[in-house]
Amino acid sequence: MFEVISKEMLSPAICRMKVYAPRLAASARPGQFLIVIPESHGERIPLTISDYDSVEGTVTIVTQRIGVSTGEICALEAGDCFSDVVGPLGQPSDFVGQSREELAGEHFIFIAGGVGTAPVYPQVKYLKEAGAHVDVIIGAKTSDLLIYKDEMRQVCDNLFICTDDGSEGFHGLVTGLLEKLVSEDGRRYTRAVAIGPMIMMKFAVQTARKLGLPITVSLNTLMVDGTGMCGACRVTVAGKTRFACVEGPEFNGYDVDFDEAMRRQGMYRVQEHEAEVEYEHECKIGRTR
Amino acid sequence: MADRLPRVPVREQAPEVRATNFEEVCYGYDEQEAMLEASRCLHCKNPRCVSACPVNVSIPEFIAAVAAGDFKGAASVIARDSSLPAICGRVCPQETQCEGSCILGIKSEPVAIGKLERFVADWSLQNGSCDAEKAPSNGYKVAVVGSGPSGLACAADLAKMGYDVTIFEALHKAGGVLEYGIPEFRLPKEKIVAAEISKVRSLGVRIETDVVVGRTVTVDSLLDNEGFSAVFIGSGAGLPRFMNIPGENLNGVFSANEFLTRNNLMKAYRHDYRTPVYAGNKAVVVGGGNVAMDAARTALRLGADTTVVYRRTEKELPARREEVHHAKEEGIRFMMLSNPVEILGDEKGWVRGVRCIRMELGEPDESGRRSPVPVPGSEFEIEADSVIMALGTSPNPLIARTTSGLETNRRGCITADEDGATTRPGVFAGGDAVTGAATVILAMGAGRKAAAAIDRYIKSRNA
Repeated sequence: MFEVISKEMLSPAICRMKVYAPRLAASARPGQFLIVIPESHGERIPLTISDYDSVEGTVTIVTQRIGVSTGEICALEAGDCFSDVVGPLGQPSDFVGQSREELAGEHFIFIAGGVGTAPVYPQVKYLKEAGAHVDVIIGAKTSDLLIYKDEMRQVCDNLFICTDDGSEGFHGLVTGLLEKLVSEDGRRYTRAVAIGPMIMMKFAVQTARKLGLPITVSLNTLMVDGTGMCGACRVTVAGKTRFACVEGPEFNGYDVDFDEAMRRQGMYRVQEHEAEVEYEHECKIGRTR
Repeated sequence: MADRLPRVPVREQAPEVRATNFEEVCYGYDEQEAMLEASRCLHCKNPRCVSACPVNVSIPEFIAAVAAGDFKGAASVIARDSSLPAICGRVCPQETQCEGSCILGIKSEPVAIGKLERFVADWSLQNGSCDAEKAPSNGYKVAVVGSGPSGLACAADLAKMGYDVTIFEALHKAGGVLEYGIPEFRLPKEKIVAAEISKVRSLGVRIETDVVVGRTVTVDSLLDNEGFSAVFIGSGAGLPRFMNIPGENLNGVFSANEFLTRNNLMKAYRHDYRTPVYAGNKAVVVGGGNVAMDAARTALRLGADTTVVYRRTEKELPARREEVHHAKEEGIRFMMLSNPVEILGDEKGWVRGVRCIRMELGEPDESGRRSPVPVPGSEFEIEADSVIMALGTSPNPLIARTTSGLETNRRGCITADEDGATTRPGVFAGGDAVTGAATVILAMGAGRKAAAAIDRYIKSRNA
C-alpha cells in the first residue's frame, strides 16, 4: 500500500499529494510518469510526476477531478493509501542525457496548460540546476485555475502568466503569449516544451513551427498497463505507430498526429459518462462497495 | 476390455448458457468419473505420453493411483514434475502432447489425461494435501522477474531448496499471463490461479507487485545494490503485434492484449469494477491461436456477434482443439483463408468494417505449415464495429535494454542455454522471454530447469 503523506487543494478541483513510494522516488527522472490505482476495484490511471524526493521516499502528484477515477484520487486524504502506485514509466526527457556544457547554451521556453503545469516543474528545476536558461508560460482558463506560480517562480528565469478570460496576466491563449514574447518582445529561445491538454499542445506546435522553434510535447494518451503490453496508447509519430507509454511520453511535436491522438483519447467517453452518472448516484445514496 | 470403454465425457455448461456468463466452461470429473476414465489407461511398457510431455510427468503412474482411488498419491506423482497442475490440466495443448501420442487414440479416443490431471490437482487444492518439503534457509537471495508460469515455478523450486526468493511483478496482481491473458471461463482466477500462487507464497516466496524491472529497479541494481546472488528473468512475451495496415489506429481497434487485460486483470465484465471495455455489436478477431479464441469468446460474452478471421484453414489453427470446439458451439463464426488488408472507418474515425483478401495455401514455410498466399483481385468487405488483433506477441525489450551484458536474438528473445543461463553470469531466463510466445507448461519447465541451474551456480561460487 502506498500512503498519502500530505494533501492540499491547489484549487477547488485540483489536489496535490505526496505519496510514499520509495522505489519509485529513487528512480524517477524528469519527463516520466506513473500509474495509480486509488482503490482495488479502480482503474489504472496514468498521472504525471510533479516532484520526487529519494531521501523522503515520496513522489508528488497533482490531479484534477474530471471524472470518476480522478474523483476517487482526490477523495483520498493524508493517512489513506493508494491500492497501487507504479513507475516511473516512459522515457526521461531528452535533455536528461545532456551535459551541463550543452545545456548552458540552451534557452528553453516551457508552455504549461492547466494541470500540465505540474509535470513542467521538475523539468524546469532540473534544467535550472544544470545551468540552462528557462522561461515558463503558465496558462489557464481563469485565474483560480492557475497552479504552481510560486514554485515555478523560484526555479525559472522568467515566469509569464496568461488566462483565457484575462483575469490574470496576458489576456489570451498560451500560443498568443508565446508569439508575443518572440515576435514583439524579441525574446530568443532555442527549444520549447509544451505540456497540457492535447488541443493546447496541437496549437503550441503550430505556433512553434511558425516561429521556427523546435518543440517537444508530452502525450497523455489512454493506457492500461503502461509498460508496452496493451497498445492502447499508440500514436502516429512521423507516420509510424509508436507506444506513448514506453517510447514516449515525450515526442517531437512536429511529428505527432494530434487529430488522431485526440480522437483516440475519446475512445471510452460514452462509458466514462455512464460511470460518472452512476458514481454520482452511488454517492447520493451513500452506497459503499 | 478396458480399451472398449469410451472416453468418459466431461460435464460442461451448456453453450447457450455459458455464452452469456464468465463462469468456467468445464466442470471437470467427479471421483467416480475420474476413476472410470483412469481405468482406460493401457499402462504401455513404453509410455509415449511421458516423452510427449514437455516436463515428462509420470502419466501412467498417476493415472494408476487415480484408478485405485488414491488421489493424494496421484497428486504427489504429478508434483514431482509439475508445479502448476491445476493450470496445466486446463490450458495445456494435450492433443499435441500427451493425449496426441496415446495409443488408444489410434483406434478410438485417447485417455483424457488433461482432465485427469485437472481432477487430481483440484482435489489436492480442496483437500490441502501435498505439503511440499522445504530445506532450511541457506541465506542466499534470488530475485525472480515476473510472476507468470516460469517465474512461479522457478521461485517455488528455489524456495524449496532453501533460497530466500523475491518475485518482482510489474502489474498490480501476481500471475502474469494467467491473470491478464487467459479468461476466467477457461482458468478461474480466485479458485485456481490465486490458490496456486498462495501455495508458492506459503513456501516463503515474497511477491512484490508494482515493480517494473527496467524502470523501478534494474537487474543490475538487484545484483549490485540489493544483495541478490542471482536473477531469473521470466518476463514473458507481452508486446503485441499489429499488422501495419491502413486504419489500424481507428477507434475500436484493439490488441488482444488490451482487450483481454481490461477484461481479465481489470475485470471490466464485472459491474463492481470501474474498467471500461468496448466489444461493439459486431466484433472481428484476427488470428487463430489461443489468444484469438479467448478474445473472440470474451467479445461474444460481452454481447458482440463475433467472427474470427484467419488466413489459413481450420487444420492449421494453432489454438487448442477444445477451444475451437467450444468457440464454435458458442456461436462464433470462422472465416478461413481470409486476411485483412485495411480497417475501414466512418467519418468520426470509428471502425465500420474490414477489407479482407482471400488466401490460398502455398508451399510449406519454415514452421512446416503451408504458407498462405493472397488471391489477386479477391478483396471483399465485412461489417464490424470492433476489431481485435490477436497476431502473437514478442518479448518486451525493456529488461534487455536496461541490463548490461544481456544478449537477445533478432526477434528480441533473450539468449539463454538449455539451463536458462544467459550471456550475463548470474542472470538466468526462461519461458516466453526466451522462446517467444509458447505454452504454460514449457515456461514452467524452463523455470524449473533454471532453478536447478541457479542452485548449481550459487553453490559453485560459494564452494
